Amino acid sequence: MPYIPHTDSDRREMLATIGAQSIDELFREIPEKLRVAPGSLDLPPALDEPRLMAHLWELSKKNVNLADVTCFLGAGVYDRYIPATVGAVISRGEFLTSYTPYQPEASQGYLQAIYEFQTMISEIYGMDLSNASMYDGATSMAEAAIMATGIKHRDKVAVSEAVHPHYRQVLDTYCWSMGIEVITLPAVATGVTDLSAAADAACIILQYPNFFGTIEDLAAQRAACDSSEALMIVVADPVACALLKPPGAFGADIVVGEGQSLGVAMGLGGPMVGLFTCKKSLIRQIPGRIVGKTKEAHGEKPGYVMTLRTREQDIRREKATSNICTNEALMALAATVHMIALGKNGMREVATASVRNTQYAIQQLTAAGAKLHYSGRVFGEFVLELPKDPTVVRDALLEKGILCGLPLGSYYDELKNCLLVAVTELRTKDQIETYASALKEVLA
Amino acid sequence: MNTLSFRTKQMPEPKLIFDRSSAGRVGCNLPKADTPEVDLAAVLGEVREELNLPEVGELELLRHFTNLSHINFGIETGFYPLGSCTMKYNPKINEKTAGLPGFANLHPMQPVETIPGALDVLIGVQDMLCAITGFDEITLQPLAGAHGEMTCLMLIKAYYEARGEGQKRHIVLVPDSAHGTNPASAARCGYDVRPIPTNAEGNTDLEALEKALDDSVAALMLTNPSTLGLFEPNIEKICAMVHAAGGQVFCDGANMNAMVGTTRPGDHGFDCMHLNLHKTFSTPHGGGGPGCGAIGLMKHLEPYLPVPVIRRSEMKVIADYDRPKTIGRVSAFYGQFLMEVRAYTYLRAYGKEKMADISRYAVLNANYVRARLKDVLPPAHDRPCMHECILTAEKYKKENGVRALDISKRLIDYGFHPPTNYFPLIVPECFMIEPTETETKETLDEFCDALIQICHEAVENPDLLHDAPSTQIVGRLDETAAVKNLDVRWWPKS
Repeated sequence: MPYIPHTDSDRREMLATIGAQSIDELFREIPEKLRVAPGSLDLPPALDEPRLMAHLWELSKKNVNLADVTCFLGAGVYDRYIPATVGAVISRGEFLTSYTPYQPEASQGYLQAIYEFQTMISEIYGMDLSNASMYDGATSMAEAAIMATGIKHRDKVAVSEAVHPHYRQVLDTYCWSMGIEVITLPAVATGVTDLSAAADAACIILQYPNFFGTIEDLAAQRAACDSSEALMIVVADPVACALLKPPGAFGADIVVGEGQSLGVAMGLGGPMVGLFTCKKSLIRQIPGRIVGKTKEAHGEKPGYVMTLRTREQDIRREKATSNICTNEALMALAATVHMIALGKNGMREVATASVRNTQYAIQQLTAAGAKLHYSGRVFGEFVLELPKDPTVVRDALLEKGILCGLPLGSYYDELKNCLLVAVTELRTKDQIETYASALKEVLA
Repeated sequence: MNTLSFRTKQMPEPKLIFDRSSAGRVGCNLPKADTPEVDLAAVLGEVREELNLPEVGELELLRHFTNLSHINFGIETGFYPLGSCTMKYNPKINEKTAGLPGFANLHPMQPVETIPGALDVLIGVQDMLCAITGFDEITLQPLAGAHGEMTCLMLIKAYYEARGEGQKRHIVLVPDSAHGTNPASAARCGYDVRPIPTNAEGNTDLEALEKALDDSVAALMLTNPSTLGLFEPNIEKICAMVHAAGGQVFCDGANMNAMVGTTRPGDHGFDCMHLNLHKTFSTPHGGGGPGCGAIGLMKHLEPYLPVPVIRRSEMKVIADYDRPKTIGRVSAFYGQFLMEVRAYTYLRAYGKEKMADISRYAVLNANYVRARLKDVLPPAHDRPCMHECILTAEKYKKENGVRALDISKRLIDYGFHPPTNYFPLIVPECFMIEPTETETKETLDEFCDALIQICHEAVENPDLLHDAPSTQIVGRLDETAAVKNLDVRWWPKS
């Protein structure tokens, strides 16, 4: 039996200690007609380890993976450099196979790492504090919106249409089930959001940079939130925040985001890691786990524990701030290693390289016959307007080994000629020029 | 390969990484841009000045985390019988398959035509989970167990809204023995929660249930086997009662490990259930996540499934978004895909022939522990348990002033991770011990011997337990002080 170590004599001795004749007897409380005979389910046959590996290898080879193509696709998930140390640390069995640190004395390693994670995420966003992680950026944003409705006692939230469409879809689902209304704020010609329709919402949610890559005006968001007494929620890219003035510096109340760019494999979008930070005054309303520093009850040594636990479901039940239990600790650990590996200078260098590559790509691709759709400032991603159907262009460029970006027509009717292009630090001058000349050919 | 060791109090106190920082160091070999330089302020408008992240070299970084790993207990360190969490062995081949470039390097927004192998994995997991649970449909969109519970309740909500009963049915019934996520998930879906008591035998109180059932009830959330480690013998009757009142029955699948290959919740009368692939199907717990929360459901709830729906269409597997009645998206992309690769690998390793061994040996191990400990820690109920046993340390509290938590902390000194304590809430001084099927008889014997020894210590030298653990890098920590003097991040010294 794979992974089950019992010998025949183990089984016999154990049954004798229990006082049972057979394993079947242990299941006697299950009504007979509800039991199925072992081996009778409609399942494929068992595979030994070499056959299993070969089978999965075959399945994996059917996919076009990003080692086979040059990736200019972003839209919330980015092809970024992951230092080798990240994999080495998160594959250590002591981390990989532990669980939620309910016994802090035997879990100090993880607890300290998460305390370091909370510190660095807070620093990047310019916020007072961070929780220990959420599922992903989309659910983090939905949790933030729901938190705002609780704090403001309003049942309406306002979100920019320039926030990732999938995030808004998740927000819609969460809000529908709680009877919360979602107002969508339109984007203007520069690619930033028109905030004028946000009155009496519990919060205004912008993305920074937004889905189109444009850097939103967070000072204007703060002013709009002040005049309508709404909470200011920003969905921020942590890599961009290494260079941009962080949302916290504009007075954001809650800043959330996707941490995939910080050392997490793309993996078809899962698992990733949701980031969640807020002002100190809101800490008792925050969802999820938080690690805090304390000391021994009968000594002076410092140590770490999960804290403010009375917000959580296992203690507070239906009155908890959220139903989240298991979060994304392992991915938070990956992000921790990543942020330390890059450090202060590396994070800025990576962000700077993205800006340089992006500016070069804008220049090259517009020279190849595409037009920049929005006039606002961008960080590492931008919207191109094409004289040809973007899905046709995408398929033609994929034939040439270039994953050229995301056609936007299925998300925004008015952007059916548009393509969202991301250029990370991993793209080279050569790759950008190859993309431009291939585009020129396809458009000709 | 990684070496595993668990160092304890002999180790020097670990520094925070921020205290190891030295200006100018970098811990990796960064990619260098070869495109023309730009004026950042001109492009971005404003550039931030401060970014206070640590600066350490690569070797320093690795030593930091290797040393932290030595003060962290995982399944590969030792026996980890944390009840309700199914801390079974996480096979290494799963890590290898999930790391294949053809899975790990997929972008969720790349054209769906370029990921047929990924869709094969997803539908493969769905098919096998349908066969194992007896449900008509499975979706892998939810990102964790609680997220799966919430998604099930959303399906139920959409179902009643479509029938014009959305307003009327606003109550969800939750037994007093349920996991905290159940009432929290119900509240998150806008439901009012009403508790249902458990009777003296450990079963659902049918009279109380009967009284609670009317046309305001949307659903009953039932854990089977219950959190008492007992199979609910009246399960068919309970489902029939709820259905007769027009309600739905949700199964909390945290305890699926007791049933794999032996009995199918879909045959019990449940309408939907959540599964924790990180418990039952061996994806690693990762220190508290990622979870992975598949859900199963019957046909009548299928129209409301979250998108994308992965299904077959004309001999092909497709990601279907054309779902007019869908509740929408519950997560950004395809769920926890790399966890699904691990679960797929695990399911194919067991296959048809061996799948039932999972539940059979999980139940054998739990009953063995229960039998070996019954004289020192009596079971809460005098019935065969399923995959976990619930024992009580009440007498040590009354007679010796020793709490279940003290016994647990002492177990750490013996090299074991403690079981779950104080849950379910209805058993005083409770231990919830879930050994799982992957532990040997010798390990169970060592654990039981240690617990028996500790119970003697509780009588003879209770302070040994009050002061435990004494072998770790820190002694018992002050959790009250952590709340009073909140310190949730490091600040640079100014």
